[in-house]
Amino acid sequence: MSTATVNVDPNVDHSGPTTPPRRRSRRLTTLFGRQPLGMALAAPYLVFLAVVFAYPLGLAVYMSFHHYFFTAPGAQVARPFVGLDNYKTALSDPAVQRSFLNVVEFLVINVPLTVVLALVLASALNGAARGRTFLRVSYYVPYVTASVAVVAVWLFMFSSDGVVNQLLGPLAPSPSWLVNSALAMPVIAIFVTWKQLGFFILLYLAALQSVPKELYEAASVDGSGKFRSFMNVTVPGVRPATTLVVILATITGANLFTEPYLLTNGGGPVGASASPVLVMYQKGIEQGSPDVAAAIGVILVIGVLAISLINRYLLERD
Amino acid sequence: MSRTRSWPRIVLLVIGAAVFLFPFYYMIIGSLQAKRDTSIGGLVPTHAITLHNYAQINDKVDLIQSLVNSGIFTGGVILATVVFGVLAGYALARLHFRGRGSLFALMLLVQVVPFQLLIIPLYVMIVRNYGLADSYMGMILPFAINSTAVFIFRQFFLALPEELFAAARIDGAGELRILWSIALPLVRPALLTAILITFIGPWNEFLWPFLVTKQASMQPLAVSLANYIDNVAGRATNPYGAILAGSVVLAAPAVALFVAFQKHFTSSELGSGVKG
Repeated sequence: MSTATVNVDPNVDHSGPTTPPRRRSRRLTTLFGRQPLGMALAAPYLVFLAVVFAYPLGLAVYMSFHHYFFTAPGAQVARPFVGLDNYKTALSDPAVQRSFLNVVEFLVINVPLTVVLALVLASALNGAARGRTFLRVSYYVPYVTASVAVVAVWLFMFSSDGVVNQLLGPLAPSPSWLVNSALAMPVIAIFVTWKQLGFFILLYLAALQSVPKELYEAASVDGSGKFRSFMNVTVPGVRPATTLVVILATITGANLFTEPYLLTNGGGPVGASASPVLVMYQKGIEQGSPDVAAAIGVILVIGVLAISLINRYLLERD
Repeated sequence: MSRTRSWPRIVLLVIGAAVFLFPFYYMIIGSLQAKRDTSIGGLVPTHAITLHNYAQINDKVDLIQSLVNSGIFTGGVILATVVFGVLAGYALARLHFRGRGSLFALMLLVQVVPFQLLIIPLYVMIVRNYGLADSYMGMILPFAINSTAVFIFRQFFLALPEELFAAARIDGAGELRILWSIALPLVRPALLTAILITFIGPWNEFLWPFLVTKQASMQPLAVSLANYIDNVAGRATNPYGAILAGSVVLAAPAVALFVAFQKHFTSSELGSGVKG
């Protein structure tokens, strides 16, 4: 942040509309705060959050406990309370069960890979002598590019006669990567790791700036090699950033839609790479059961929150 | 850590860069080849560089109309984020009003709950209840104010010295005038960072505009290209070059922006937003 000095314009309008705060009645101040103008400035954002975030969140919970279906705008219909029926329907559906297992498989591959690669590359980049700008930009180029655009390239690289199989020759898996029910999800997990890594490298780079240099000096005086000082100084030093990276990567994983939809043509062989959001789309919008889809969404949010809390507890204890 | 030249580190960094950049190289090469060459030799373009694929994708997907739609969608979000986000960020950072703490907590909460989990209720509201299907308004609404950008604005306004504001108030400047003439010029770098971060949301978004737009003439490029990929994936024709040409057109603006303004997308700019 630059600290430019600013000369306050002496010609400002002195007859401005502001009333000095001390002249305002104390009761109004307690009611609206010292600068009620803040309410007016923040109002559009508050309305936005209420309309696009709070209300839909409430509606999702409401839908998941009622028999809800699409109607013409303005039509008044009964939407009876059905208790946990939608949750039972969702959880007993094999496609839904499969999609939750898929996202677990995704997270098990994606999250550790993301944390390790992002931290290693960020530390390497942090110590690099030259070319830092070029490297940094090349790392985040996938992150800023549309999934749809890079999915197309991966689709061709991993197709049965694609360049990856050409390179592997006889080692190429059969059936090929994206149509192989055991390999489709791992390919998607690696794709997402590749695409998001640049952003997490930036987060780690920021965190690395706050690890005290004296600790590295102390470690090297004690005779620690590079690997030891990485494990004993860097890893604990960036622990808060690791918590953040794990939580953000988990949220990204829970949001997975575009990649299974396009890479594996709508969920892959026998739903082997369908994600919960993809199943939500199929159930809610294609098959017209928004209530069951909302229940899947609520289960997923609870799952994400639970994983985040466990991560926090595991990574930040002691 | 000392900035030293060590070979393992250089090798690691260069391999990393190659892995990140290779698919982009392959995208451009593939989009320029007349015939699909999947062999290893096809990695080096030796024959027949052509723009035919770009003409072909333009035949299947109206590129100009799709780019205009992407532009309106993205532009609308950036405009709303800058105008309302700056106001909200300024209020959250510098004005004492009732409910400020709750609003700040709500803003943080928004970033934790995954947006795509709200798609079903948002679809019911915006498409079914408000009848905003196939409209720019319907596309823009859920993205209108980017909370990360509001957060960045708040952090930058918070970093300005209080004396500046006190001096301006003594001189009789109103709060809006202080915001416009004093605070805003000082946070110009934050403005660029916030615009960059906001840009990649709607420009790259697929799921939401895919749900909202059914008419091809309203679809942003990410959606029309995805529909084309989905439609031709099963056919035996050779649409690869055309798809990759479309991918280049979709990727180019975002990559160009982030390369040109890379100074404003660094760990220190983001760090101020992340560390709180």
